[in-house]
Amino acid sequence: MKNHGRLLQGNEAMAQGALYAGARFYAGYPITPSSEIAQECSRVMPKLGGVYMQMEDEIASMAAIIGASLTGAKTFTATSGPGFSLMQENLGLAIMGEVPCVVMNVQRSGPSTGLATKPAQADIMQIRWGRHGDQELIALSPSSVAECFSLTVEAFNLAEMLRTPVVIAADEIVAHMRENIVIPEPGEIPVIDRAKPTGDPAAYRPFAPAPHGVPPMSAYGSEYIMHVSSSMHGPDGYSNNSPDNAARQIARKNGKFEHHRADIVKTKAFDADDAEVLFVAFGAVTRAARAAAAKLRANGVKAGVLQLVTVWPFPTEAVAELGSRAKTVVVPEMNYHGQIAGEVKKVLGADADVRRVNGWNGQIITPRDILKAI
Amino acid sequence: MSRRSEIVLAGSGGQGVLLSGTLLAEAAILEGANVVQTVSYGIATRGGTSMTEVIVDDGEIVFQQVEKPDVVLAMSPEAMKTYEASAGEGALVLYDTTFVEERQGKNLAGFPFTDTAAKMGNVGLANIIALGFLCAASGVLTQDALETAISERFSDKKRDANLAALRAGAAAAASVFAPA
Repeated sequence: MKNHGRLLQGNEAMAQGALYAGARFYAGYPITPSSEIAQECSRVMPKLGGVYMQMEDEIASMAAIIGASLTGAKTFTATSGPGFSLMQENLGLAIMGEVPCVVMNVQRSGPSTGLATKPAQADIMQIRWGRHGDQELIALSPSSVAECFSLTVEAFNLAEMLRTPVVIAADEIVAHMRENIVIPEPGEIPVIDRAKPTGDPAAYRPFAPAPHGVPPMSAYGSEYIMHVSSSMHGPDGYSNNSPDNAARQIARKNGKFEHHRADIVKTKAFDADDAEVLFVAFGAVTRAARAAAAKLRANGVKAGVLQLVTVWPFPTEAVAELGSRAKTVVVPEMNYHGQIAGEVKKVLGADADVRRVNGWNGQIITPRDILKAI
Repeated sequence: MSRRSEIVLAGSGGQGVLLSGTLLAEAAILEGANVVQTVSYGIATRGGTSMTEVIVDDGEIVFQQVEKPDVVLAMSPEAMKTYEASAGEGALVLYDTTFVEERQGKNLAGFPFTDTAAKMGNVGLANIIALGFLCAASGVLTQDALETAISERFSDKKRDANLAALRAGAAAAASVFAPA
């Protein structure tokens, strides 16, 4: 008989995915609907020789995972909207200091404390633009328990490869969903570790130009001295106010994402090649979109789905290719303003037939809701 | 033969319907099926509507929510109000007569799950009695698979109490649904 695996919750799968990727430091402040991630870490981390720290708030949680990452550990935290808002300042620090870490934002209905137990996908722009300054980061969005696991491993790999924070843009639906999942064996999914400095320690510069824009990263306490500052710094990490230096640092810190774009930007297409009606979806809503497309296909309409596995950087190429081929593009998402629909319009142009299906009352978008747009 | 069952378990926070759903899902995996369980609940640990949906299928489960239930368990008047109409659409609707007024109708069956649990010495077992009743009445899963799922989750006295509750529920369904 086929191995149907075991029943796992999305939050548990994210925690397990982090452990698979080698993460051994979790700091967080439990909040619905992400709390089971903290719970799982509190249970498992001590047994693996790792650290589970319950912090006083999400500001400290973010600070703790940055500090621990600087010592060489793979680190993460998990939260939801109110906590994610508190993390923004230190998330900016992690971007400026190029500190690998993973932040799981299990999105719930807002604003503010909102509907604490109900799903939303309304933090998409906050994830991208929640901090000040010129910056980029990566966000991945799972649509199933299996993806909660695999995308978390991927998130750590990208964090390590690019020296960057990566956000898991989950939603309450996938986080609280249980499905049968076969956990990959060790080695089945590659696990990437950050590049460490070699050669003469005295010559080490933690923010120097590097191939593909990512300099090797030392660890606090090693002979390769690393200084990290939130202020603009030169290649050595110490304050540097030169405009030329600032131009180079900002260009490199953003350019590294362009160098690695093929590693970062992932989509999945379902019956999309000949689709005249294309649904562009992400997270749990992908499943309603796939069911809607199947119903249309059954009625002779060429419909398909483009799933944005990577939400940021935005998958411009796939949206342009499949979207320009389709007559109608529909973007279902659990937010009021059409945060992803706006990006799709930006890619396809003002004349394209891009339709929005939005839900903002904490209820799940159904295939029926989506089909009303056709 | 393609297998698909859509099950809704609904009640008030604290009645244990979410755990019943998880046990159903674990039993479905033991039977070699794919399964999705989703949950919906309020911000309080006691009271408020608490609901879980379980879909069992041989194939891939694309949309994760129940669209047309085959079986519904209503453990509270609010849950019954929400799902009673499903009986008219072909779903078997089971309800706890401890809290829900008895009624006649096609596809409706009531049983005092919570009163029975109280008589067994623990009202907390009402959800498991209901689970045994539901599976025996609907045949969506075998009692063997459920007993294994319970035995894997609980140990010692808790396991014995839950197994006894499951069997009591199954026996009650056998008597309620016995040919007249």
